[in-house]
Amino acid sequence: MTAADRPAADKDAYVPSERRLARERHKRARTRRATAVAALSTLVTGAVLFFVVTRSPGWDRTKETFFSAHYARVALPDVLEGLWLNVRLLVVCGACVLVLGMLLALARTLRGPVFFPLRALATAYTDFFRGLPLIICLLLIIFGVPALRLQGVTTDPVLLGGAALVLTYSAYVAEVFRAGIESVHSSQRAAARSLGLSNRQTLRYVVLPQAVRRVVPPLLNDLVSLQKDTGLVSIGGAVDAVYAAQIIASKDFNYTPYVVAGLVFVALTIPMTRFTDWVTARMDRRRAQGGLV
Amino acid sequence: MPLDNRTVRLALCSTVVLAATAACAPESENSGNTAGDKSATASSCAPGKLSTVASGKLTVGTDKPAYAPWFQDDDPANGKGFESAVAYAVAKRLGYQKPQVAWQTVPFNSSFAPGAKKFDFDINQVSISDARKKAVAFSSGYYDVRQAVVALKSSKAAGAKTVADLKNVKLGAQVGTTSLDFINDLVKPDQKPAVYQKNDFAKSALKNGQVDAIVVDLPTAFYITGAEVTDAKVVGQFDNTGGTPEQFGLVLDKESDLTACVTGAVDSLRKDGTLASLEKKWLSEAVDAPVLK
Repeated sequence: MTAADRPAADKDAYVPSERRLARERHKRARTRRATAVAALSTLVTGAVLFFVVTRSPGWDRTKETFFSAHYARVALPDVLEGLWLNVRLLVVCGACVLVLGMLLALARTLRGPVFFPLRALATAYTDFFRGLPLIICLLLIIFGVPALRLQGVTTDPVLLGGAALVLTYSAYVAEVFRAGIESVHSSQRAAARSLGLSNRQTLRYVVLPQAVRRVVPPLLNDLVSLQKDTGLVSIGGAVDAVYAAQIIASKDFNYTPYVVAGLVFVALTIPMTRFTDWVTARMDRRRAQGGLV
Repeated sequence: MPLDNRTVRLALCSTVVLAATAACAPESENSGNTAGDKSATASSCAPGKLSTVASGKLTVGTDKPAYAPWFQDDDPANGKGFESAVAYAVAKRLGYQKPQVAWQTVPFNSSFAPGAKKFDFDINQVSISDARKKAVAFSSGYYDVRQAVVALKSSKAAGAKTVADLKNVKLGAQVGTTSLDFINDLVKPDQKPAVYQKNDFAKSALKNGQVDAIVVDLPTAFYITGAEVTDAKVVGQFDNTGGTPEQFGLVLDKESDLTACVTGAVDSLRKDGTLASLEKKWLSEAVDAPVLK
């Protein structure tokens, strides 16, 4: 709209009726009231909780053991250093998991009798690694692979642990992707084929974009879960954020480092969630751009 | 306005519920406390009449698995192994015969948790330190510990004669042990040490060559080289630095009424030579290892 149009638009601009104004006033008052009630109830709840916790007989010990400023300061550098390991593992393993998971899902959804062995293998893989407890997978790979004494195979617990994480998580993610692919209605496939797209083009341009968009929230769940499980490589001796906290905690018998590590993880997860929300919103906007039919 | 009423009512209800919990929670804790105080006044070190967790019984905690040579066959109740023998000796001094001693599995991490303890004392190779005394109470020491280095005979760490020789090797230790402190504070190696949840994992890593050497207490070192990893050797022991030697102590609740009695029992066992003879019986192998200067 340019400036020149505006007076014309103003002339017969919409003037809300008295009734409508009154209704809006009423609505605003109600919202204010609801906010006030919510605030009051939150305040009361907070006060009661504060009272209960601080007046409990063990509070002084609990405060000293879980919320000691001294140990928080001692722990934070070590925890952050450990967190760097978690973050690197998350990024590298996350990327590998997404790629491998997608390939597995595609292998499982391939049509045609010739692909039967591939389908069967992919199914066996997801069944096996989804069922195998992660901790056992990690133990077998971190301590089992070096025991074979193969030439040229790393004994680094971080690399081996990362491999174990990828194996387990790609099985979960493959199932998420498969659910997405199968949720695309068959009429979409039929329409694409009747437009002359090949099977591969149908998958690439019609099925997968819709499938991926639908499974973003569960994928994020798996990523957050992976983020926390990256710490399990510490079983092989590497020191991640939680383990750094445990080292200090068990040295001086104070639990504060755990609280610090917990908060650091929460602080890491929240931006990740907001980021995915933003990505999803952007994808939705782009989809709506062409106009809904 | 029915909706508003409901909000208000909900807020009121939740307040009432919270207030009720607030009223209950400290009360129940208090009643527990007064009971404790009452028994405290009645308690002395009269044989068999202590205010123990389970009346008439002495409850002793240790971790599972219970490692040799401190325990034997992972069964603390058989009286075999140094710590099992010490526990029964202490119990006897306190007036509890063998059938009156009950064993509890207490993971190391929860032995120092604030809150009610489910053991009268815990015996689990816990080193006494000032920082730890803020969280738990210790008896006097029942064993003077030396830390030792274990390496595969083929490893480059096997020939180490001094602490400086260990600087450029990859070391490992169990979390929460003073072994780890020795690595970090005394050796200060170029590579970060690997930290393991259990000595079992450290042993696997040693066998696999994922670490060049591990640090454990001296009796454990001799047990490992004698029975578990026979192609490894005890490279040497660390000189006890500083004035006070490192000692293992029995862990008690910080508010325990038994601490003085248990300490008295340990002191008398030391004075009459019982501890020395138990040491000779169960830990005789750990007599000598070259000292790393």
